[in-house]
Amino acid sequence: MTDAAKHPSFPEAARTALADTQLRHNLGHATRTIRAKRAVVVSELDDWEQLREAGRALKERIVRHLDDYLIGLEEAVTRAGGTIHWARDADECNRIVGDIIAAHGADEVVKAKSLTTEEIKLNEALLERGIKAWETDLAQLIIQLSDDMPSHILVPAIHKNREQIRELFVRTLEEAADDLSDDPRELAETARRHLRRLFLESKVGISGVNFAVAETGTVSVVESEGNGRMCTTLPEVLISVMGIEKIVPSWQDLEVYLQLLPRSSTAERMNPYTSLWTGVREGDGPQEFHLVLLDNGRTDVLADTVGRQALNCIRCSACLNVCPVYERTGGHAYGSTYPGPIGAILTPMLSGLDEAGSLPYASSLCGACYEVCPVKINIPEVLVHLRRKVVEHERQAGGLAGRVAPERLAMQTMARVFADRRLYEAAQRTGRLAQWPLVRRGKIERLPGPLAGWSSARDLPPVPRQSFRDWWRQRS
Amino acid sequence: MRASLFITCFNDTMFPRTGQAVVEILERLGVEVDFPLEQTCCGQMHFNTGYAKETIPLVRRFVRAFSDSEVVVSPSASCVAMVRDHYGQVAELSGDASLAREVESLTPRVLELTELLVDELGVEDVGAFFPRRVTYHPTCHGLRMLKLGDRPLRLLRAVRGIEVLELEEATECCGFGGTFAVKNADTSIAMLTDKVRTILDTGAEVCVAADNSCLMHIGGALSRQRAGVRAMHLAEILAQTEPAPGAGSTA
Repeated sequence: MTDAAKHPSFPEAARTALADTQLRHNLGHATRTIRAKRAVVVSELDDWEQLREAGRALKERIVRHLDDYLIGLEEAVTRAGGTIHWARDADECNRIVGDIIAAHGADEVVKAKSLTTEEIKLNEALLERGIKAWETDLAQLIIQLSDDMPSHILVPAIHKNREQIRELFVRTLEEAADDLSDDPRELAETARRHLRRLFLESKVGISGVNFAVAETGTVSVVESEGNGRMCTTLPEVLISVMGIEKIVPSWQDLEVYLQLLPRSSTAERMNPYTSLWTGVREGDGPQEFHLVLLDNGRTDVLADTVGRQALNCIRCSACLNVCPVYERTGGHAYGSTYPGPIGAILTPMLSGLDEAGSLPYASSLCGACYEVCPVKINIPEVLVHLRRKVVEHERQAGGLAGRVAPERLAMQTMARVFADRRLYEAAQRTGRLAQWPLVRRGKIERLPGPLAGWSSARDLPPVPRQSFRDWWRQRS
Repeated sequence: MRASLFITCFNDTMFPRTGQAVVEILERLGVEVDFPLEQTCCGQMHFNTGYAKETIPLVRRFVRAFSDSEVVVSPSASCVAMVRDHYGQVAELSGDASLAREVESLTPRVLELTELLVDELGVEDVGAFFPRRVTYHPTCHGLRMLKLGDRPLRLLRAVRGIEVLELEEATECCGFGGTFAVKNADTSIAMLTDKVRTILDTGAEVCVAADNSCLMHIGGALSRQRAGVRAMHLAEILAQTEPAPGAGSTA
């Protein structure tokens, strides 16, 4: 799904990111602000915990009966005059979308912000066929103009500040005035002038999907800027790409998620634009509607009874905003469309442990993500579950080197020591004796081998002369 | 009441004074303390790093060591969370139904120190005296897995002579995370640096927590930076009492 194979491991990528003072400052400020705002709007609802539980329980049911709901959705969308396409993977999805655009002879399309199309690298695939897909979400446009990668689910350009955006617009947009300031209003106006022409001239629009109602065939996109609604209403042809898990059984179920999502993501009581459409209607909006249902690894995730809760995700990004790791490394270190805690569980399951095996370890298991998740995905539980898979995968795929990796040997040795009281007590005595070359002036300031990471910034107290159990035995 | 002390391998080996402090507090409150010598490690590090199979014998050993205990008490929130939240999973993984039953019957009796003091014994004032400025860091597993809430703070505030200073962004992780501190050392250090900054901002001379693993992490940085602030387990503060009148001047 991503070019994560070429991407360095998380610890390596994080080291670079942590040294970027501009990034640290931008992200620290942005996540602190949104965290505080979220806490306020969530505290306004007395039934927040019940809403979370409803959101979780509904998703659990959806995931369990996904096949039925998908067939229901297909029938409802078809009945309403839309066309359903099934895509096994990224290539198939990109081919379907490209063929529809080509059939209308378009070489320029407008796009609403969509993580799913980022996941499958739709823009790149279309460009190979000579089709330019223009991002219309302001932050996503900034990413596209600077040839960058999104670093946040909701705020893709969270790592950039106003001055960086001003400089980018002056350099890349002919609509930008020479004396453009970094005033947000002026920046937005410049983007608006640039986008207006595209909205009016494009024959085809592309969107993602937040929710699709199986019962009615209604598709929904929620957003803050209104550009999404332009993409889904102005062009003659609309193509929406959705992951198969983005389904809800009935219209009424939207009530739960349309409360949970805006408060969790943008800290708004209600999102500014909620677009809902059902098939096509003569003389109103696009006259041709295509809904592409994308698997791309999701049914494999479904088969994992612990990991499948990751499919509950409604892409609110609350877990990113509270994550102490994400706040410091930013999204690029994860090397995936889905960064932060949710990315650390979703990416390895979608693209495999060979590509993303370091991500389940990119967490201190502090649990802040689980605490805020509006659909109660137990991210720490899935992280540990995936760590078990990484350990097993390395044992099987790593050959002899995998079986005798230093970490594995250390863990196995320690497990054997802890399983036998005499060995354990002997190890305590050995530790006390063996540490003497390391202890200087009552503390250890340098540790050898893989433990050097600890002592690069942290002293260690020496093992004291008497263990607790020795004291206890002496006492009684 | 009779309580069995689950010291944890880490405290047993590295921080015996915390265990001694727990014994002192409990005996002062009239609790009879025993220490099953067969106990070793709860297996948290193995489990959280992905070595669940290696955890199975440790769960077996724990259950055997404490099967007769009325109450098990431990001065480590993360080890208690391991037992209470994950032992069931490990037992299930082992496929041993009798182990699963034993785990189910034992784990509700395993308590973190402040739970035992506040909930079971119903005390907040344990008769401690500690005339120092301190700040309290709620560790993640105590906060979010055990949901200790303000129990540790209530105990701290009842200490005579103490001044408890509020820590900014207190609920943010210190960056320890077990093997995370080594596997992702750079990120861990970045988190730790911010934690240390907020601790120093309080002007406290002692950083208190209810888990020595996080304290070793925080204390390791305070020591490296020659910050003049020390890390101290809550139990060691609660164990300190006022010197008897006429027993000489106070420090």
